Amino acid sequence: MAINISKQWLPRIKVLVHLTALYPLINLYYAAIKDQLGGDPVEAVIHFTGIGALNLLLIGLLLTPVAQRFHMGFLIQFRRMIGLYAFVYALCHMLNFLFFEVQLNLQLFVDEVFERPYITVGMTAFLLLIALAATSTKKLRQKMKGRWQRLHNVIYFIVLLVVIHFYWSVKSDIVEPLTYATLFFILMAFRYKKLRRWKDKLLSRR
Amino acid sequence: MLIKSVAPGDCKEFEVTDERVYLNRREIIKKLGFVGVGSLLASSSATAGISDLFSASPTPAVFQQRALQFDAAEKFSETLTPEAKVTGHNNFYEFGIEKQQPAELSQGFKVDPWALKISGEVENPLTLGYDELYSSFPLDERIYRLRCVEAWSMVVPWIGFSLADLVKRARPTSRAKYLAFETLYDPAQMPGQKSRRLGGGIDYPYVEGLRIDEAMNPLALMSVGLYGKTLPPQNGAPIRLVVPWKYGFKSIKSIVGIKFVEKQPATTWNLLAAREYGFYANVNPAVDHPRWSQASERRITSGGIFTQNRIPTLPFNGYGEQVAGLYAGMNLKKYY
Repeated sequence: MAINISKQWLPRIKVLVHLTALYPLINLYYAAIKDQLGGDPVEAVIHFTGIGALNLLLIGLLLTPVAQRFHMGFLIQFRRMIGLYAFVYALCHMLNFLFFEVQLNLQLFVDEVFERPYITVGMTAFLLLIALAATSTKKLRQKMKGRWQRLHNVIYFIVLLVVIHFYWSVKSDIVEPLTYATLFFILMAFRYKKLRRWKDKLLSRR
Repeated sequence: MLIKSVAPGDCKEFEVTDERVYLNRREIIKKLGFVGVGSLLASSSATAGISDLFSASPTPAVFQQRALQFDAAEKFSETLTPEAKVTGHNNFYEFGIEKQQPAELSQGFKVDPWALKISGEVENPLTLGYDELYSSFPLDERIYRLRCVEAWSMVVPWIGFSLADLVKRARPTSRAKYLAFETLYDPAQMPGQKSRRLGGGIDYPYVEGLRIDEAMNPLALMSVGLYGKTLPPQNGAPIRLVVPWKYGFKSIKSIVGIKFVEKQPATTWNLLAAREYGFYANVNPAVDHPRWSQASERRITSGGIFTQNRIPTLPFNGYGEQVAGLYAGMNLKKYY
């Protein structure tokens, strides 16, 4: 079964994706500035952007298996956009923490990043995500050739870190983080051939 | 007849956010979650968490609070947290783990009839019924800082009576060293007790404890109201503890039992993660939570995201003068 769409639809879908990704973010900050985000707008914007980034990362990981299974090649064209929006949400998440949670107290920010393992893990994921976002242009992709794919495979590790970061950050309510972890492992299971290949390569090197 | 007495210097009403504003907030949150359903990418792109898909819809009816008669508090130097935030931002996992859930899922909660049973090592065991919660002791207004273990804080005008008065009436025996408190267990009314997902994986009923000398401290309050009215369910109706020099989780809500005991009682968060939550749980900027700093806190008042204040956390939440003596000679890093 192959599902294809005519070329003229692609730009329209892209516009729709842009709006879908941006609208909640604009709405969120509007409500946060107007004090319409409940008792603690700071917690609200941190959680919303964090969960939003994780949702987008998982959607990004879903595109390839769906494209392969249903022969929907056009989906591949959305990976970069979704990945970049995941980065935007992650950037907002980090900036929310810096501006609104620790309120530009840089000493506290640095202390928290290094002293709190769950923040260390989250920050590691974010720094890696910067590397992917920075090399996401077509030009760099062509220039880097094989190394580009190797670098961008780091996305699996990033999402793993994000799932751990989420699990580690909650007080006792682990159902939601575990749901996300499960989804991540299902998405990785679609890639078992790739993972097995890496494992074989790793073992043969020894 | 109920007469609400208000002192001239009183500031109870001055910052109350209109209920419509508060309800409007819920609409906005709903809209945020609703964006783009119906398109493949949209259905989960940036909505709130996955489990929101399974959330029960909020109960439309609003719990009816009554005005209370009480001695109004002196003016307090710090800005009060607006009523809408005090009643809209709650940790009460019996009604859901998210901060807005208790206000949404508790409005049908039945508080009358109620029975608060005082038992154990006392000469005068007693049970207070619903009306007796308000009539057994004179009610005072007390404006206290509330410091959550999650490093945010509020300033709340509570109404209630001293726990010490209740203790005296129960006449503890010489064997009574601690008080063990218990929240109502009623899964039919408290969805968090029925569902592990809503209730955050806590074993219910919620239990807390105090040393008897802590309970006798005049600051320890049995609260039956806030902002001039009876407590709404999300704040622990009809009666809750308020121990302002300890982290908020010590201030147990919707209490049905206080038992005087000889041994230190089990407490819910301590059972769940002893390394993170101690029995004493005194507010202490020098002892961090293993996963975040306790040196400062975000004070929740009115205003949007750009007007949030981070302020230093004070030892014993600023009540050291009144309570530090209770812990003389104790290593507070060990007994956190």
